[in-house]
Amino acid sequence: MTKLFETPLYPYQSSPDQRAAVPVRHPVVIIGAGPVGLALAIDLAQSDVPVLVLDDNDKVSFGSRAICFAKRSLEIMDRLGCGDMFVDKGVVWNLGKVFFGDRQVYEFNLLPEQGHKRPAFINLQQYYCELYLVERIRALQTAGKPVEIRGGNTVTALERKVDHTHLTIDTRDGAYELEADWLIACDGAGSPTRHMLGLDFVGRVFEDNFLIADVIMKADFPTERWFWFDPPFNKGQSALLHKQPDGVWRIDLQLGWDIDKEEEKRPEKVIPRLKQMLGEDVEFELEWVSIYTFQCRRMEKFRHGRVIFAGDSAHQVSPFGARGANSGFQDADNLAWKLKLILNGTAPETLLDSYDAERIYAADENILNSSRSTDFITPKSEISRIFRDAVLDLAEHFDFARPLVNSGRLSLPSTYDGSPLNGPDDPALPRRTRPGAPAADAPLDEDWMLNRLGTGFVLLGFGVDVPQNMTVHGVRVRGISISDQALNPMLAERYLGSAKNAVYLIRPDQHVGARWLRFNEIDVQAALARLIGRNGEHAQ
Amino acid sequence: MPNEITFEPNLRQPDEFYAKLLAAHEGLTKAQSDALNARLILILANQIDDPGVLAASIDAASKKIEEK
Repeated sequence: MTKLFETPLYPYQSSPDQRAAVPVRHPVVIIGAGPVGLALAIDLAQSDVPVLVLDDNDKVSFGSRAICFAKRSLEIMDRLGCGDMFVDKGVVWNLGKVFFGDRQVYEFNLLPEQGHKRPAFINLQQYYCELYLVERIRALQTAGKPVEIRGGNTVTALERKVDHTHLTIDTRDGAYELEADWLIACDGAGSPTRHMLGLDFVGRVFEDNFLIADVIMKADFPTERWFWFDPPFNKGQSALLHKQPDGVWRIDLQLGWDIDKEEEKRPEKVIPRLKQMLGEDVEFELEWVSIYTFQCRRMEKFRHGRVIFAGDSAHQVSPFGARGANSGFQDADNLAWKLKLILNGTAPETLLDSYDAERIYAADENILNSSRSTDFITPKSEISRIFRDAVLDLAEHFDFARPLVNSGRLSLPSTYDGSPLNGPDDPALPRRTRPGAPAADAPLDEDWMLNRLGTGFVLLGFGVDVPQNMTVHGVRVRGISISDQALNPMLAERYLGSAKNAVYLIRPDQHVGARWLRFNEIDVQAALARLIGRNGEHAQ
Repeated sequence: MPNEITFEPNLRQPDEFYAKLLAAHEGLTKAQSDALNARLILILANQIDDPGVLAASIDAASKKIEEK
């Protein structure tokens, strides 16, 4: 593992762009080769959109960092061709324990809903996530796809023009210049792009510090998630223990906002705490310790003309609920197909306003959930502490109180209610698959629904024959007709409810665009026009 | 209308309920009483369940007497 941290994955190499007489123009430049930037690059490259990723570094992230990858992220990784790598390596857990003070108040089994290809989430160190994404990019390059990562390339200046951005990039061979039709900033919470453009966040909800440590256990230790409220080894705060691959356990100790970071990081301070947490007789080795400071906030807008922010550069939340990398992947998922349609001239630039609408809605939902978890974990007033403690006391004896215990809510993908892209709905169909919702996975013909959807626009007919191929406004729509014989109870429950038949128009990011009880070509054309930002135009 | 909050007398045994409530708090410190009240609210909320009734109850309890 140490080797993985140290090995340059995309070492600096000189590019012909550095010797060009005039700055070379690229359709899409992504700043930042973290999980979000890499995922976006794969998505675009798979669709043959040329994409260049610039990163000031050349290695994977140091330390585990983002470790919980939720089901929707794994489904996105499937679409990007790396789902199996994630899931084969990742740790799946179902058993959790909740402690309050010095006692265990209850344990729970997650019992995830059946009939999904992927588990509710896996634990996997961010460095593996990045490694697999880079490996996927290498495979795409071998297959001739137009994608490039340039390590050791630090963007030092940006100038926004009407239809492009001018970049100045520093390398060890000196500076050079580039132009980007579209510039995507995936450069993290401290986003230099944001600072260079003089953009900042609106509001600041709260901030907190966490001590995060990776420890290697010398002996067996159960694959469970342990969460402590107000433990004796971290009074008034919280603690979390999670298993990761390779026998590495991740420990998160909440520290509060007014702390001496250097003091808290000292092994003499950390190790006694961990002993108290794990038990005196548990032998472990400290692999990595870091202090992580977060602020819960977002940019006012994610799109600034031809510059777009995705992931932590656009929004930050507390780590409770694993909404950082997971929401960043959904940003990339939302952005890739829209950029592609704009670059090939199919959709107007205004389609990207829907990226702002949908992903700001999602960021607000994540900030809301994250704030609620924080209010429960760190009560802000005497009475909120009284209620929090009452919930935990009751949870020890009564099941009813357990749903009130909030140590972070599982990251679920947003349903884009009210999105300008949403088309017609039919109230007879199940609420969970309404327009704006991510399509629900379910078994289908010895395969899975989401595998069959893949990437691109899909028209799904349940008990209705839909055309295998339609071209509307220059966009290809693939048709999948599911006969009554292929319909199983899970598909029926998730897509039909009490209805006998249905037609769904699915977006390339696998969200539902529109749905009807019957197939009508004119309706589908109108809904597709809306989905590509050409609302009201007649199909050619 | 079972899902609407009622402000009409609805307790079958008002005196018995009141006496039991006070008896439960007897001999408790302020902190213990606060904790008991919090647990009681959560248990009652679980019985009521209906979000509309719960929201209307919180609203009614939040209003000052003179505003009624």
